[in-house]
Amino acid sequence: MAKVYVDPDVCMGCGLCSVYCSVEHSRTRDIIKAFNRDGPRPVSRIRIEREGPCAFSIQCRHCDEPWCVYSCLTGAMSRNAASVEVEYAADKCVGCWTCVMVCPNGVLSRDIVNHLIAKCDLCPGQEIPVCVANCPNEALVMIYDDGKAIRGTPEDSAPQTAIID
Amino acid sequence: MIRTRYLIIGNSAGGIGAAEAIRQRDESGALTIVSGEPYHVYGRALISKYLCGDRTIEDMMYRGEDFYEQNKVDVILGKNVSSLDPSARNATLDDGEIIEWQKLLLATGGTPIVPKMNGSGKKGVFTFTKLDDAKALDQYLYNAGNAVVIGGGLIGVSVSEALSKRGIDVTIVEMKDRILNVMLDETASDMAQQTLSQAGIRTITDNTVAEIGGNESVREVILNDSQVIPCDLVVMAIGVTPRTELATGAGIEVNRGILVDRHMRTSAPEIYACGDAAEAYDFIYDSNRPVPIWPGAYIGGRTAGINMAGGDAEYPGVAAMNSLNYFGLDIVSAGIVMDGDRYEVLTEQANGRYKKLLLENNLIKGFVFVGDIDKSGMIFGLMKDGVDVGGFKDRLLADDFGLIDLPEELWRQRLECSI
Repeated sequence: MAKVYVDPDVCMGCGLCSVYCSVEHSRTRDIIKAFNRDGPRPVSRIRIEREGPCAFSIQCRHCDEPWCVYSCLTGAMSRNAASVEVEYAADKCVGCWTCVMVCPNGVLSRDIVNHLIAKCDLCPGQEIPVCVANCPNEALVMIYDDGKAIRGTPEDSAPQTAIID
Repeated sequence: MIRTRYLIIGNSAGGIGAAEAIRQRDESGALTIVSGEPYHVYGRALISKYLCGDRTIEDMMYRGEDFYEQNKVDVILGKNVSSLDPSARNATLDDGEIIEWQKLLLATGGTPIVPKMNGSGKKGVFTFTKLDDAKALDQYLYNAGNAVVIGGGLIGVSVSEALSKRGIDVTIVEMKDRILNVMLDETASDMAQQTLSQAGIRTITDNTVAEIGGNESVREVILNDSQVIPCDLVVMAIGVTPRTELATGAGIEVNRGILVDRHMRTSAPEIYACGDAAEAYDFIYDSNRPVPIWPGAYIGGRTAGINMAGGDAEYPGVAAMNSLNYFGLDIVSAGIVMDGDRYEVLTEQANGRYKKLLLENNLIKGFVFVGDIDKSGMIFGLMKDGVDVGGFKDRLLADDFGLIDLPEELWRQRLECSI
């Protein structure tokens, strides 16, 4: 089991995690195309919240009692028995949004164009999720079962832009 | 004679929830599922997707092909349990086979309500709660042009949408003054009704079908006011009632549904019940009542399963809750949605979107969201957890409502900051 955690005392609410998340889950995985030429803007699996000086990002918490899994009408949401991560199988989803209705953190988003759910999948194929890898302030951290924590290395990933909504 | 440690009657959300929970605690105890339906577990709600052609039967499977094998479940499909003997701890199948069990779960589901009326035995009269219903209806459509759906609730509107997408001319006949009247308030009902009517579905309210006319097959329905609607088929979609005959026959306490405590135990030792068959805890009413929804069945089954396997789990309860999507209109509703003097009502309405929330003593008791439903889960969570929203209730319906509007202690908990 590994999960992404945010340190709200360090998060600046820059939104880069959300940008990288969208790009990673876009068709071309190209930051320019994804936002400019790739058709509808890809849906981020992360929500940024800001209030005055306070900010944090949030994505799927892989709840101990995952109501999305319990409520799913089709079996698209499941809990991986080994990793206990909440997983989503798009091919089984009919877009009924029952999981959206019961997610206490509102982190299952409707991808209206594809009529599917957009949910944190911890970036399969990447060593660490792109949100963590590209967090310029190291506010995001990936923590594994054994306590190992991995932060991003902003020097290497050289963030190109920051957006403020 | 079959001997099993766990016998589950019912192969849908409740039965599977229980089987999965049992296997988390007990990897090898003999586990048997019996179901009258001859299918691998499927998503019941998908029968409308099957009917309209969006999903094949293979696409409807709720769990993988190897589910029973993987979970060491002996599954007996296409056979019904005809009687139970709680003291001898056995069940008899309709072919005479006897199954001895140590723990039993009644996840028998619901039965569609079919009102007595002249003509209801004619060819072309259907119900719509299981895959076989959808198959039968599907096969009947090749020579049908129009349909009357009796009942404008969840099942009625779902089947109407599917029929309409198949090119059938549909008329819904609803006894009350508006469709979806149990789960939506007037405004949301109106919005749903408009969407249906734009799609060409006609709705007749404050009326009922008195008689189904035709010779052998359905040709028309005659309404209470003598109005005649020609049609080739009729779908009875009045609702479901808990299937309790096994429990009643075994002397188990039954009210409207099989009565269970917070551990999902019935009045008989080692016998549990859940889902549409049961009358379990509703956290909004703080009492037991039938809440025939898939999530309740799964969670109830899961609770029963943990307890059957020697654990100690309490059913958190559910509330009436539904996510509806008709012709692209997204609606969610949960808990109590009709105003009453005791509730403080918050609403927000603009550009085809609508949000309404009912509060009592600063606790959320219910909500309806139409169009923009993305934040409904957070509202549901606050309702389920009984969070006092007094300090931030002016933010609840805002488009940018977020966890950050909650007291800091709460949002830090949600972010698991302590870790």
